[in-house]
Amino acid sequence: MKLITAIIRPEKLDEVRQALINAEITRITVTRCAGRGQAEHVDIYRGLEVAPALAPKIRLDIACNDDFKQITVDAILGAARSEDGEIGDGKIFVTHLEECIRIRTGEEGGSAI
Amino acid sequence: MNVIHLIMTAVMVTLFASTAHASGTPEVDSGTTAWMLTSTALVLLMIPGLAMFYGGLVRTKNVLGTMMHSFSAMAIIGVIWTICGYSMAFGDTIGGVVGWDADKVLLSGIDQTIMEGGIPEYVFAMFQGKFAIITPAIIAGAFAERVKFRGYCVFIALWSLIVYNPLAHIVWGGGFLTGDAIDFAGGTVIHVSAGVAGLVAALYLGARRGYPRVAMHPNSLVMTMIGAGLLWVGWFGFNAGSSVESGLKTGQALAMTQIAAAAGALAWICIEGVLHKKATSLGLVSGILAGLVAITPAAGDVLPVGAISLGILGSLFSYAAITIKNRFGYDDTLDVFGIHGVAGIVGAIVLTFFLRDEPTGGLVQQLVHQVSGVGVAIAASAIGTLLLVWLVDKTVGFKLDERRELAGLDHSLHGEHGYGMLNPN
Repeated sequence: MKLITAIIRPEKLDEVRQALINAEITRITVTRCAGRGQAEHVDIYRGLEVAPALAPKIRLDIACNDDFKQITVDAILGAARSEDGEIGDGKIFVTHLEECIRIRTGEEGGSAI
Repeated sequence: MNVIHLIMTAVMVTLFASTAHASGTPEVDSGTTAWMLTSTALVLLMIPGLAMFYGGLVRTKNVLGTMMHSFSAMAIIGVIWTICGYSMAFGDTIGGVVGWDADKVLLSGIDQTIMEGGIPEYVFAMFQGKFAIITPAIIAGAFAERVKFRGYCVFIALWSLIVYNPLAHIVWGGGFLTGDAIDFAGGTVIHVSAGVAGLVAALYLGARRGYPRVAMHPNSLVMTMIGAGLLWVGWFGFNAGSSVESGLKTGQALAMTQIAAAAGALAWICIEGVLHKKATSLGLVSGILAGLVAITPAAGDVLPVGAISLGILGSLFSYAAITIKNRFGYDDTLDVFGIHGVAGIVGAIVLTFFLRDEPTGGLVQQLVHQVSGVGVAIAASAIGTLLLVWLVDKTVGFKLDERRELAGLDHSLHGEHGYGMLNPN
């Protein structure tokens, strides 16, 4: 099992969601978060350009069985990449997932995902 | 000596002439003036109210862009109205279609004028100016979340000049429908015209990207409810102020406004209660608005039973219109046509059957006047809006490109965020 964590642009959320749904990946956790990568996020405050240290981002957490890892990653890559190749599209982290337990039934492993 | 004598005579003559002039004009009626000043302020309060009402209904990323639509109408129309809007709406008529009066351009000739009703003309001009501001601000709800700010600014400026001012002149300012169609406080001029303009613009510009597949939740219904509260309060100035007096008619209009708003709200939550087993906050405030819109053309001319009926019918028809919209699938973002257009049309036509006094030409004749008033508003607004939306879209651009629409108006158009606390810094 894998845990796929993706950090994406907030405005790409709808497209990524749709791509995942099209790939039949529907179980997903979405969090509003902030972070700092290569990109700068500039706001204007009374004529002053202000670059906050942290840019708003969306974090997706998807747990999946090994077979679905590539499908999920491809779906996110396809939808989250911006057309003009600007920096700030985000990252995907894939980690090994040791255990998965469904709280309602207590079942464990791949079938609980 | 001679020179001084001459000057003295000249001064005396001038003074005498000016006092003679003054005695020919009405005195200031302090009661009426005080109420009209209050009404002017109340109607202005409706525009921030509308900004909150609309602002709460859009997604978080568009809250400022949407509120800016209302606030920028105060800035843009506030200046245009002073320069030529008042003259076009309330100047001497040119063929019954539009007014013009060099004295009213830049309000240059009304500095000392006291009008027939005993109020300074400035007060009347500013009171009417608030209506000119709120009308394009209402339209903005139909294409919320998907237009360029620059295109919007050009659009409302042109719409005010080409659609609103002539329409206000036709119905109120001495144009060809003045005195025939009953439109007490702007049911046709404001709500029907704005509703139809919204529908035309929404159809031309197309839906928001992702609509209706993607859920688009209101960012703050709390703000929407506060905005609806401000609108209700402001509406007393809107309707009762439209009597342009401080007397019996004012009291009648105020009472009918209150009654219809309550009836509209109650009707809407009853419909929801029956159909969905839940009364929603958005439903209640939508009912308030439908009731207020429906009573607007009728406020001075119907009895309480008429106010209750118009409030209920406004809500019923608006609810049905929004249900039908969801079937058709066009994207009138905040239901400008569904509420302002539909309840406005219902109010303007149905008021005929609840009039306090039998109309002079008989019921049928009055019904014809009402329908033609509505028809003129629909036609003028639909044609004018279609022309202007097309013109703006082909020149400065109206519809927002995909990247900026998805990123949200607030950051991509204004370089700001509505709610700082959603980010750690």
